[in-house]
Amino acid sequence: MVTEAGSGHPGGSLSSADIVTALFFHTMNHRPDEPKWPDRDRFILSKGHCAPVLYAALARSGYFPVCDLLNLRKIDCHLQGHPDMNKTRGVEISSGSLGQGLSVSVGMALAMRLDGLPGQIFTLMGDGESQEGEVWEAVMAGAHYKLSNLTAIVDANGLQIDGFTRDVMNVEPLPAKFEAFGWTAKAIDGHDMAQTVEVLDWSRSVDGPVAIIAKTVKGKGVSFMENQAGWHGKAPTVKEAEQAIMELRGEAVPGSETPAEGETVGG
Amino acid sequence: MAAELKPRATREAYGEALLELGKRHDNVVALDADLAGSTKSGQFAKAFPERFFNVGVAEANMMAMAAGFAIGGKVPYASTFAVFATGRAYDQVRQSIAQPRLPVRVCASHGGLTVGEDGCTHQSIEDIGLMRLLPNMKVVVPADFNQTYGAVLESYKTEGPMYIRTGRPKTPFLYPEPPATLGRGADVLREGSDISLLACGIMVVRALEAAEELKKRDISAEVVNVSIIKPIDVDTVAASLAKTGCAVTAEEHSIIGGLGDAVQEVAAEYCPVRIGRLGIKDVFGKSGTPDQLLEEFHLTTEHMVGLAEQVLASGK
Repeated sequence: MVTEAGSGHPGGSLSSADIVTALFFHTMNHRPDEPKWPDRDRFILSKGHCAPVLYAALARSGYFPVCDLLNLRKIDCHLQGHPDMNKTRGVEISSGSLGQGLSVSVGMALAMRLDGLPGQIFTLMGDGESQEGEVWEAVMAGAHYKLSNLTAIVDANGLQIDGFTRDVMNVEPLPAKFEAFGWTAKAIDGHDMAQTVEVLDWSRSVDGPVAIIAKTVKGKGVSFMENQAGWHGKAPTVKEAEQAIMELRGEAVPGSETPAEGETVGG
Repeated sequence: MAAELKPRATREAYGEALLELGKRHDNVVALDADLAGSTKSGQFAKAFPERFFNVGVAEANMMAMAAGFAIGGKVPYASTFAVFATGRAYDQVRQSIAQPRLPVRVCASHGGLTVGEDGCTHQSIEDIGLMRLLPNMKVVVPADFNQTYGAVLESYKTEGPMYIRTGRPKTPFLYPEPPATLGRGADVLREGSDISLLACGIMVVRALEAAEELKKRDISAEVVNVSIIKPIDVDTVAASLAKTGCAVTAEEHSIIGGLGDAVQEVAAEYCPVRIGRLGIKDVFGKSGTPDQLLEEFHLTTEHMVGLAEQVLASGK
């Protein structure tokens, strides 16, 4: 998808792919044939640059044809570089300027509470994104309003455009920060599917907002992308993409000396 | 002019109209950033505490939260001082409200210099320009209490995002009753043939006074209250310019980006005539009483008369 587009953000999309998969194909109640179903759970992609993983999940869920994915970022395609709620079926908010998604989620959560709607909001953020001050304004508000229908998931891949998050501007300890603001926080391995699924389900039952700090690997599943800041916002070449897909499928990559790591192998 | 009514601030009209909207519509919610007493959203807060959200001193969060309410089917009114509503939270208004065309009403009080003694940090002189630049954003600057009241009531039904600017000081009444609609937003309050005076906000009453003064000097001035700065009523503005052949714009805002520029754009495209712009001349404000500031920054009736004569003297 990103290769076809010629630009985009594969690194953070791959680090959050397991989380998004768990949400769309296990945790969330949603109806791809009725995107505005009032009782649905909402997925909010606050780190809008990871649109590819959202689009893939929406397409695979049936919100629009999978073949649309190959037209990502193209002039007449509904799949914008960053999510657009008015263009793409199933996209809940327009995002892309970091730090705003959690604030929007707080407003949505309050609106849903006023209307007595049962849905849970799952908001995916980045650890680099947490450097934005507005995130903490929203965290403060989430606790103040005791939003039990809000779950924030931080895709803590430890990398941002200019390098390791700990070097650029350290955001840790994130769980302690959320707890200090009055949230229930839980650190998980964001590539351990069993744990991810269990904690996402559990978050619904908690009184007040929940932050799940998911430790992840940027570029997960693609050997040459893993933990490389350079793959934050770069499209792979055709050859690189072929190798990446084979690795993700757990197939042997011709010419490589060691077996490629499959998506089911932990890391 | 409805002179028999005691002057009242436009922000007070916002507070009263918001309260009325709360009574009429269950899906109206209001947000404020620790200025509910000043913006007058406090009346709504008292009547509908379950639909009022004071987010504290966090304007960015407030604007994006308002977007969330709009997505959730509410009609949110988010108020704070104009300087914070626009400058402080510009990216949130741009990305989360304007681009997705959400029906958020950004209700900015304390527009312009007449904030007074607080000084330049709290005097918004560029907010109209900032909001005018955003695609989808409607920009409304009512002229008196009644027009503000009518505009806020009308805003409930308006599609997409809207910026409504109100002021701190008491302002004379121009409209005897709240108008049912702003219409296309350019009201010819006084017909004239020699020069057009196009004004918004607190400058409209001064334009009417200036027209009276000009009459004494045998100059027939037409006064147009431009309450919708964007989208501007091209037909009415251009017709007035064509009729009189020259104009003065007047606003409590920088001469860059506001009503003056909006009118000049209409003139340049449809009816090129000489236009003098009365406004803040690309400088920041300062502390002082509202009247002292209007005098020092040349936003008085006398300055408008002087500029009109200057424009007329330089030839059409």
